[in-house]
This record gives sequence, C-alpha cells and structure tokens, in this order.
Amino acid sequence: MSSFISYFINGISLGSVYAIIALGYTMVYGIAKMLNFAHGDIIMVGGFTTYVITSTMGMSPMVGILSAVVVCTVLGVAIERIAYKPLRGASSLSVLITAIGVSYFLQNAALIIFGADTKSFQSVINVPPIVLADGAITISGVTTVTVLSCIVILIALTTFINKTKTGQAMLAVSEDKGAATLMGINVNRTIAVTFAIGSALAAIAGVLLCSAYPTLSSTTGAMPGIKAFVAAVFGGIGSIPGAMIGGIVLGVIENLSKAYISSQLSDAIVFSVLIIVLLVKPTGLMGKQIQEKV
Amino acid sequence: MGKILEVKNLNVYYGVIHAIKNVSFDVEEGEIVTLIGANGAGKTTTLQTITGLIQAKSGEVIYGGNDITKIPGYKLVSMGIAHVPEGRRVFSDLSVYQNLMLGAFTRKDKAEIENTLSVVYKRFPRLEERKEQRAGTLSGGEQQMLAMGRALMSHPKMMLLDEPSMGLSPIYVNEIFDIIKKINEDGVTVLLVEQNANKALAIANRAYVLETGNIVLSGDAHKLMEDPQVKAAYLSE
Repeated sequence: MSSFISYFINGISLGSVYAIIALGYTMVYGIAKMLNFAHGDIIMVGGFTTYVITSTMGMSPMVGILSAVVVCTVLGVAIERIAYKPLRGASSLSVLITAIGVSYFLQNAALIIFGADTKSFQSVINVPPIVLADGAITISGVTTVTVLSCIVILIALTTFINKTKTGQAMLAVSEDKGAATLMGINVNRTIAVTFAIGSALAAIAGVLLCSAYPTLSSTTGAMPGIKAFVAAVFGGIGSIPGAMIGGIVLGVIENLSKAYISSQLSDAIVFSVLIIVLLVKPTGLMGKQIQEKV
Repeated sequence: MGKILEVKNLNVYYGVIHAIKNVSFDVEEGEIVTLIGANGAGKTTTLQTITGLIQAKSGEVIYGGNDITKIPGYKLVSMGIAHVPEGRRVFSDLSVYQNLMLGAFTRKDKAEIENTLSVVYKRFPRLEERKEQRAGTLSGGEQQMLAMGRALMSHPKMMLLDEPSMGLSPIYVNEIFDIIKKINEDGVTVLLVEQNANKALAIANRAYVLETGNIVLSGDAHKLMEDPQVKAAYLSE
C-alpha cells in the first residue's frame, strides 16, 4: 500500500510538470489558434540556462531559475515575432510546419553550443523531504515544490485571466480577433503576452523537470513536450483547467503503468488512453462542444 | 457643425475583385447617414475599411480632420469611433457584463466607466437583467442590443452600425431603429448600413445608394424615399 502511495504521489509530481507545460500549449492554442511544437524545446532552453548559471558560473539557484524565466520569456516572444507573426492569416498547416522547424532549430542550436553528451544537472531545489507513516512514505523536496508550484501557477493564471484587463483581452482575442480589434484591443500585443506567459511557464517546468530527472541534453524537452501536448488535448485543448487535469491524470497513469505493468510499455499505455478518450469524447475532457470554424 | 467623417475616392480589392470603386461620401457631425444597397453591393466592406479591418488599395478616410486610412483598427476606438459589426459578433462565451466591460477596454477612469454602464443599462434594461448570463444564450435581438451597448461603453463620438436589423423579428426591428434614433439624439453621429431601406431612410438625414461597389445615388433621405428608382429597387411596399 505504501509503495502504491509513493508511486501515486510521484505520478502527481510528474503530472504537475506536464500540467505546467500543457498550460503553455493550451493558452497559445486558445489565443493564437496554433500548435506551438517548439514549446517543448523552450523547456530544454530553460534547463540549459539554469545549468550554465548554477553549474558553470556557480551562482545561486534562485539566480538560475530567474535567468531561465527571463531567457525563455524573451526567446518565446522573439520566436513569435520572427517566425509566427508573419504567418498570421496563413493556413494552419504552414504555421505547424514552421513550428516544427523552430523546434529543430532550437535542438540543433543547443547541440552546437553544448555538444552531444548528456549533462548531469545539479538539482536547484534544496527542500528537505517529508517523511510520513514512520518512514514508509518519503516525499522528496522536488515533489513538494513541483506540486505546490503547479497549484500556485493555476491560481495565479486563473486570477490573471479573470481579473485583469489583459486577461479579458486574451479571452476576447481567443473568441474573435476582429471583434476584439473593434474593442480597441491590440491583438498582436495580446498574442505576444500569451507567448511570454507560456514560455515563462516552460522555463519553470524545465527547472522542475531537470531537478527531478537530473540529466540534460538537446532533446530533453522533446518527449515531455509531446506528453504535455497529449495532456492538453486529453483535457480539452484551449481549456486551462483541462490542461491541469489532463497533465496530472497523464502523470499518474504513466507512473503507475511503469510501476505495475511495464516501464517499456508506459508510453504506449499513455497514448492509448488518449486515443480512447478522444474516441469517446473528441473535444477532450473539458473541451468545448462547439465546432471550430476553420 | 462640420464634417466628422470624409471618405475620398476609396478603392478596395479582394484579390482581383474590385469591391469598392472610387467611393466618396461624408458624414456631418450629429447626422444619421445611411448606406443602402443590395446584398454584395459593398456596404460592409466600406465600413470595415473605415475601421481598418480591411486595407484600402487607394483613397483616404478622414475622421475629425485626421487621416486615419493607415491607422491600425484598434487605435480608432479611443479616437471615438465605435463599430457594431455585421452579425453582432458578441463574445458568446463571456457574460453580458464582461462583454460590456470589453467595450470600455480603452478607457481608464473607473468612475466614468460605471457611469456609462448605468446609462447603457438604462437604455437597454434587458442587458441589466441578464448581466450574468452568457452572451451566446441571448436571443438575436438581445445580442444586437448587447453589441450596441458594448459599442456605447467606449463613449463614442461616432457609431458605425452594420445591418443591425438583420435576422430580427419585426418587433425587435422597430425597437432597434427607435434606439438608434435615441442614441443619435444623445449626440452620437451614426453611419448606418442597412438592407432594410424603408426603416433606414425613415430615421436618416441623408442616404447614399451603393450598387456593385459604386455610389449611384445620394441625397436627402426623405427625398430618396420618393425617388422612383429607389422605390422600384429597394423599397418594398
């Protein structure tokens, strides 16, 4: 029983990372109506930035995390500006191909700068573990911090969207860009803000991910990126609570199948669950029923 | 009084299709001016070009003495232009109240916004009754009222209305035209695009008749109502 609880808690922790990444996917999709496949690679950039600041330059973990957030935010906005903004109004297929191109660009740039060998990442989270049930269950510091970060981010994001003018502008742009313009909303600026928030979240996810699984290479962000995309679709892409629930459910399924079925099959099981959910409910768990106009 | 809006030699293309051909017209401050014409004559395109949703190939749009032809659409709201688009385009997932507040997006002073909100609620009591309701669940007539109320929230000097009566029941049509007249009496200049030429000419000071991208007739609205050509083409008895 105690091992099940441990696997379950680790699943929630992994799922929280997926959820934070999925929030970025889902916000960008909801507002810019595009799948930013380079989103996963922003995680990797966040990981490397922290690595350089803390391991190479020997600065404090806090500086490392803040630098990762700043670098990823600027990078996310720059990518949107240079690669995606000129394609506003182009077919969604062109935008998708561009996003895949940006993804390969980031991976190969990291390969050139940092080389092909896997780096070992020094965890930047120094929080003591929580021991429960006379030592039968140990919750690591990274797990605690990850789950708490996820909760704080969800509350902050929901408050931001419901209570601020920029948040309301995001909702307006996500529904009708033309009508939003007629309200005096600068649509391009709103989309840039969305990319900034999504990329900042990816940076935090990168730091948490590398702290929990302490290796780092140019493709570190690829698989978690795809899993988080699955989580976003699973929860209903465009929906913020959907991304949250999708991420956590996915993390728990993945960890439990690794523990009880087979660690080789765990990814196959995760993707099978996605297929089943989409067959039963094509819009995802919390997706809107309305057909999207193309 | 003077001209609040002047459109000079406007040309708009959709690809190779010449949709608006050398269109010129003007609106005096305080007037209701209507553009009437059949489906596809270019009425909506004209309005969308004025508010920057579509770029003109050539020509000028002068508003309050300033050339606004190249100014991005979102900046025009704070200059006093409110556009109520065809098909209403309310934010259907958001509440009536959220829609109205988005109308005041460019305004900063909270007390003044509250003031305008109470004026809008007085003008459209149904919006106040349904302020927590999702806009998508409103009837067509109520959505039209919301779209107009949302536009009023920006405290405009001039309102562009695109087919406000489209798809509405006759009772709502009369109500909407009454409200347009009252909004105008409160000092808002109105440029009205309508297929319902009867109603539009009845409340307008002047009118322009658009036919396949050209202005073919213009003048005093009540005189145009008596014009045999207009009667035959646009006014059903």
